[in-house]
Amino acid sequence: MKIHEFQAKEMLRSHGIQVPKGGPATSGEEAVEVARRVGNGPWVIKAQVHAGGRGKAGGILMASSLHEVGEVSSRLLGARLATVQSGPQGHLVKKVLVEEAVQVERELYAGVVVDRSEGRAVLLLSASGGVEIETLAKERPHEIVREFLEPWGELPSFRARRACFALGLDGEVRSQVEKALRGLCSLFHEEDCTLAEINPLAITKEGVVLALDAKINLDDNALFRHPSWFQLRDPEEEDPLEVEARDYGLSYVKMDGTIGCMVNGAGLAMATMDVVLQVGARPANFLDVGGGAREEVVSRAFEILLKDPKVKVILVNIFGGITRGDVLARGIVDAASKLQVHVPIVVRLEGTNAQEGHRILEESGLRIHVAKSMVEAAKLASTLGRN
Amino acid sequence: MAILVDEETRVLVQGVTGREGSFHAKQCLDYGTKVVAGVTPGRGGRTVEGIPVFNTVREAVRETGANASLIFVPAPSAADAIMEAAEEGVGLIVCITEGIPVRDMIQVKAYLRGKGTRLIGPNCPGVISPDRAKVGIMPGYIHRRGSVGVVSRSGTLTYEVVHGLSQRGLGQSTCVGIGGDPIVGSSFVDILELFAKDPETEAVVMIGEIGGTAEEEAAAFIQENFRKPVVALIAGLSAPEGKRMGHAGAIISGGRGTAQDKIAALKAAGIPVASTPEAVAELVASVLS
Repeated sequence: MKIHEFQAKEMLRSHGIQVPKGGPATSGEEAVEVARRVGNGPWVIKAQVHAGGRGKAGGILMASSLHEVGEVSSRLLGARLATVQSGPQGHLVKKVLVEEAVQVERELYAGVVVDRSEGRAVLLLSASGGVEIETLAKERPHEIVREFLEPWGELPSFRARRACFALGLDGEVRSQVEKALRGLCSLFHEEDCTLAEINPLAITKEGVVLALDAKINLDDNALFRHPSWFQLRDPEEEDPLEVEARDYGLSYVKMDGTIGCMVNGAGLAMATMDVVLQVGARPANFLDVGGGAREEVVSRAFEILLKDPKVKVILVNIFGGITRGDVLARGIVDAASKLQVHVPIVVRLEGTNAQEGHRILEESGLRIHVAKSMVEAAKLASTLGRN
Repeated sequence: MAILVDEETRVLVQGVTGREGSFHAKQCLDYGTKVVAGVTPGRGGRTVEGIPVFNTVREAVRETGANASLIFVPAPSAADAIMEAAEEGVGLIVCITEGIPVRDMIQVKAYLRGKGTRLIGPNCPGVISPDRAKVGIMPGYIHRRGSVGVVSRSGTLTYEVVHGLSQRGLGQSTCVGIGGDPIVGSSFVDILELFAKDPETEAVVMIGEIGGTAEEEAAAFIQENFRKPVVALIAGLSAPEGKRMGHAGAIISGGRGTAQDKIAALKAAGIPVASTPEAVAELVASVLS
């Protein structure tokens, strides 16, 4: 789960990490209010969207007078911001973050991520603030300092110190950076993050260490112990069909093709989309209806797929395991007839009682095409989708 | 032989009184697995499908000599259940539970370090050695006993591949689902090391997907140390950046963890990669001939 920069900075502040003075605003007037409270300017106005690359896309602007704060904020609010990460359709800007502008002396990168191979969380620190860590990892990996967190979330002082010395930091600045790093690590643990990143972590001309930008991703699986996260979620930043699917308990990811895919199991769903791509067509989505593929779940899945206007044909790929193929076939037929599905449906059913399943599908009287293999199903769907 | 589970495996089921737990305990029993105990705190003294239920793993192990645990405990308590089994010296823990927070798994990994327990999963279908024991939720009857080892991050995709193998007369020694989470108990490399030592296994099918670098690490390991033929399948060529594809671990982030990178690494290590799930059996037949 992604959250906005202003929310991430709120979390940083509560873990003892300094951030520039400022606050969010939803209108030009409110932005001026915030600016007045913050100081005498200049100010930075930052569009709050769940996508990186805002600066280059014109989503981060300076203002040197209160009048300008109002003007710039009004211009950003309500506009769509398309960044390299958001895709061409962009994100609607509903909030801006108004902050005091600071004079930066030096910029660092600090982030905590999960090291899957080690099964531990690891702090990454580099002297190249502002640069994306992925770029740095590819081009100059030796410049990244790595220090492991303890399983209870602590970055021991000696590791924080060692990381700072590796970057040539010393004196008062070093102790401030150490404090920020240890705060970031405890935040990562306590808030159940999958990513907690400060980029850049700035050292100002006055020698103050400040988090100028922050990105925090939260672990969806930990929602049960963070009831407050419901307030952090911004459903308008997500695809409406993805939100709806999640409410139904379905795992769905919207894509830009025309072949609606319904599959049981995440791995098989990905493999099915890959086959669609291989036959020269494009999947409209990823959708996992779960191992058992029960009838009510299949119904809801059809509903979601049919709400996507781009979907020209539905490809159902089900492997009958403990739930037998004939039972699954009946579920598909019942759901499709109740919903009066108006696009052709291609079904590929394999596994237990697949033959019996095929017979049920073929005799249903619906526009269901039965395919014997995944490749055949994808080709058939591709052809039907063109008509 | 086979790896991890066989006729000698004595299974206890944690979360045995739940819907999933009781259903699959019965399925395992029906397959012929020795399911000797169940554990649900507060339900000790009952039986489920004829299986005695205990309040603690300690009691269950003492009374029944269980040496493996199959876990269906809901996500918020699953990490605790894993540690409870490990503390009693249970040698093999198979955790089916989906949705365990990463933070909990970091703590589990730390807890297991230096202990003689092997964890499979979480978020996995489990382990089966056909005709000997099924410690998981996979449909038993699609499997055939034979010489192909299977190791996978996925569930139904594995069933699909196993079904294809069985239909082509290629039986399996053991099939291991290592799980779809970012942090799992055993990696591809861990399982490959076991297959290397298993005389019954003559070839291995490895099924990977987007996210992380476990496939790349396996490719390097196979090139250096593994002498049996391997066939790979990687799901997620069509997956977009930054989106979780069902499994918590299946996500491309910052351009890392793509299927393209994994396939390239496998091919560079001389490992054939199947283009579709249905093509796996044919490839296995060709490397075995």
